[in-house]
Amino acid sequence: MEVARYWRANRQRYQLVGEVCPNCQGKIFPPRDVCPVCEKEAKTPFTFSGHGEVYSYSTVYQAADGYEQATPYTVAMIRLAEGPLISAQLTDVDESDVKIGMPVEMVTRALREDGERGMIVYGYKFRPVMAVA
Amino acid sequence: MRDVSIIGLGQTPVGEHWELSLRELGFNALNAAMRDARAERVEALYVGNALSGSLTGQEHLGALIADFAGLRGIEAVKVEAACASGAAAFRIGYAMVAGGLADIVAVVGAEKMSDHKPETVTAAMSLGLDGDYEGMQGLTHLGVGALLMRRYMHEHGYERGDFANFAITAHANARANPNAMYRSAISARHFNEAKPMADPVSLFDSAPAADGAACVILAPSQIARDFTDKPVRVRASAVATDTVAAHDRRDPLYLEGAAMSAQRAYAAAGLGPDDIDLLETHDAFTVMSALSLEACGFAARGKGVRLAMDGEIGLRGRIPITTMGGLKARGNPVGATGLYQLVEVAQQLRGEAGDNQVANARLGMAQNIGGSGGTVVTTILERQ
Repeated sequence: MEVARYWRANRQRYQLVGEVCPNCQGKIFPPRDVCPVCEKEAKTPFTFSGHGEVYSYSTVYQAADGYEQATPYTVAMIRLAEGPLISAQLTDVDESDVKIGMPVEMVTRALREDGERGMIVYGYKFRPVMAVA
Repeated sequence: MRDVSIIGLGQTPVGEHWELSLRELGFNALNAAMRDARAERVEALYVGNALSGSLTGQEHLGALIADFAGLRGIEAVKVEAACASGAAAFRIGYAMVAGGLADIVAVVGAEKMSDHKPETVTAAMSLGLDGDYEGMQGLTHLGVGALLMRRYMHEHGYERGDFANFAITAHANARANPNAMYRSAISARHFNEAKPMADPVSLFDSAPAADGAACVILAPSQIARDFTDKPVRVRASAVATDTVAAHDRRDPLYLEGAAMSAQRAYAAAGLGPDDIDLLETHDAFTVMSALSLEACGFAARGKGVRLAMDGEIGLRGRIPITTMGGLKARGNPVGATGLYQLVEVAQQLRGEAGDNQVANARLGMAQNIGGSGGTVVTTILERQ
């Protein structure tokens, strides 16, 4: 993982900063500067709440290089409360307790490690919404 | 535009070729196809390959294979579109002949995967996903297939076992294909008891990585019979794209790229799904066959699995698929897969499919899918 590539996407990966379309008000993640729905320019930053629900999920046993120390891990597609669907890992939950439709919230966790001397990449994962004590 | 025909077919067995390099695999398929076409020279070579940069430490395959095959000097280029690289290369070769820029063109698909440990192959396969927003999150090609299959089961009310006939059919058809990787039949019990790889995807939902190369030689239809008694006409070759990330699609369970690619192919050929005698689906995962059947108009939304459950995808069914084993049992040498599909459709139309012959096959179709649907190539071939 290259430092510049990591740095470029920090706002997306740490804070879920996307965009909002000034034309149709559609929320966009990740930012792409053009609204995928109405195809108009959309460069206004928008910070997502980090809340959503599980659209689908699975468990990865056979990971790619750089992710093998974390296996098995649960991956999911999350429907964000504001509309977009994103892919992310689930954390702080046993896979057998995951259900489609389960409410989840964003947290920041380590995503991958590039060996003993390489950088650790942090980013968003999602966990079940905690019940208020 | 000129009509274009396939005048020669070549393929290596799919499997683990420890003794053969990528360039040797590519050459073997090219050589076999040129002999089949009785062609002494080709004017151009297009090489479909997805993973050589990461798995072989080698790019520049056009010139490499052209030189290795004794064709130094000809036009030669590699074409990459993830798992759809093979048929995408075919599309370029077809356009060259149709447009009159060349007469005799070779299209090779070649891939070498067996040299590496699974984590490295998984990392290479993940390059066909959205790197920053799927791969970085730890998703894999297999993981995306599993997410789609789970959601499909949820929305359409299927159980895992309902997908069994896709794998059973592929394995049954591979038995009589001497080039297939797994020539063994499986039962519903095998399917149901298979080890999960990324739940709900099990070993028998998922196509194996492999080495292999396949090739077709193209020529203007008008002169095709100078080379072969059994030319196969290209009725359509159509490419469409969609978002690379599955989560960016309007509906991840509807492969818009596959639908657009099929519609373009049908329009170009003046045909529809009812005219097609067999379909090679891109069964990297069982659910991808279901989504492909739906996108191409062979089944309504959510009914692709029903076609398999009802036995309509067998050699005597309403729409035979994976007639020589498919990706599942013939094997999936990623960038070569699109060419294997086309060679197999052409074998069917030439009446050379042996025990797997689809009776009176006149029109055959292949759909080659890159990533989870970011690039889709649909090709329709006809017995000439």
